[in-house]
Amino acid sequence: MRGAFSEALGLIGSFDPGLAGIIVLSLEVSLSAVLLASAIGLPLGAALAVARFPGRRAVIVALNALMGLPPVVVGLAVYLLLSRAGPLGELGLLFTPVAMVIAQTLLVLPIIAALARQAIEDAWSEYEEQLRSLGVGEFDAALTLLWDIRFSLLTAVLAGLGRASAEVGAVMIVGGNIDGVTRVMTTAIALETSKGDLPLALALGMVLIAIVLALNAAAFLLKEAAQRRYG
Amino acid sequence: MNRGSILPLRLEGVCFGAGGRAIIEGVSVELEAGSSTIILGANGAGKSLLMRLCHGLLAPTAGAVRWSAAERPGAARRQAMVFQRPVMLRRSALANVTYALARANVPRAERERLALEALESAGLLSLAKRPARVLSGGEQQRLALARAWALHPEVLFLDEPTASLDPGATREIENVIKAFDAAGTKIVMATHNLGQARRIGDEVLFLHQGRLVERAPVERFFSQPESAEAKAFIRGELPWAVGRLSH
Repeated sequence: MRGAFSEALGLIGSFDPGLAGIIVLSLEVSLSAVLLASAIGLPLGAALAVARFPGRRAVIVALNALMGLPPVVVGLAVYLLLSRAGPLGELGLLFTPVAMVIAQTLLVLPIIAALARQAIEDAWSEYEEQLRSLGVGEFDAALTLLWDIRFSLLTAVLAGLGRASAEVGAVMIVGGNIDGVTRVMTTAIALETSKGDLPLALALGMVLIAIVLALNAAAFLLKEAAQRRYG
Repeated sequence: MNRGSILPLRLEGVCFGAGGRAIIEGVSVELEAGSSTIILGANGAGKSLLMRLCHGLLAPTAGAVRWSAAERPGAARRQAMVFQRPVMLRRSALANVTYALARANVPRAERERLALEALESAGLLSLAKRPARVLSGGEQQRLALARAWALHPEVLFLDEPTASLDPGATREIENVIKAFDAAGTKIVMATHNLGQARRIGDEVLFLHQGRLVERAPVERFFSQPESAEAKAFIRGELPWAVGRLSH
């Protein structure tokens, strides 16, 4: 066990090119997915927080429930969509990083939208009277709130990033864990562990945790600085 | 610019209920331009609610709130409100004012000039670039007044604007309110501070349990209140005036 650890550290230290490729692809896929999901999910959450329409509560409950969507189920759905016989089969996206980005976007979208909805609704209850007094309409209010609590919304985005970078099921199914093409950290860890190559699996695990930790630390510091600056 | 005044404001049998309980009951009153109106009453009498109904933040459950010139959707509002706790956006003091001006369809080129003027009249010019949320409570309330000032409203509603401020900050706020009054804005203010009511008000609307019980010029209200409820209220708030009131 101790041997596996020191070998793992050695792998990280030697900056193995295979390892580096896996890490870069992981980051590309998960960050792209989170970016896409934020672009859709944050405005969606803001709209849900501010707009009043019939069925709104049902939509909110459904969205909250979707936060717990199992990655393998999302993977399966995207697989069916992109497989050769599926409706989008002609695009030939299955087993490509693009397919992985699509699956992770769908997985993360409800998390970002639901958490953003909650945060923006809390802010809305504070701002509503003032904004309505100024004659601000719903759409305008949603945009104002998105911008005004942008640093708090980092938490929602980070939760999405955590989910995307940690999941195996979706990327495994739609990516296929093909070496050098669609292999990411989580699928590699699963594979190497089952093969018994514990040092590589451990090295990848340590890198994964370090990256997630660094991103969260950066976001925390940014939020703190913003709080001091803007109150 | 040929547009009639939105005043007088007519309330016709306005009621507001929530959860089966009536909070405002059958208030009928006409508010004219010129005089400053103070809304007095104990906690829970419905002062804030009445102003929200007037300002259009709430719709009455019965009765009607009629302005002499109706608001057109999309057009700039000609009334403004300052709340007990100011709500500021996370941007500079200046940007908070230009934000309001943008919503009032003021052309971009004029916003900054108007905003700076408004900040100056509230004594906040030196704080224009500071983030609004890190200002003190009194400064934020003055900023809320500056934001309203920039809009040049015909009517300004104030909901206990100095309730959580110290005497110094309160005096500064009152000065800005007086400047509004001098510039011709109709002031409608709810307050707990009877001294403030006297300093700013011309007339008093006295609410008791959601009903309009008395309306009188400010001096007469304090020296010779007519209703038993108003007498009890003044006695409670100004115990030393009891002797004077008893005859």
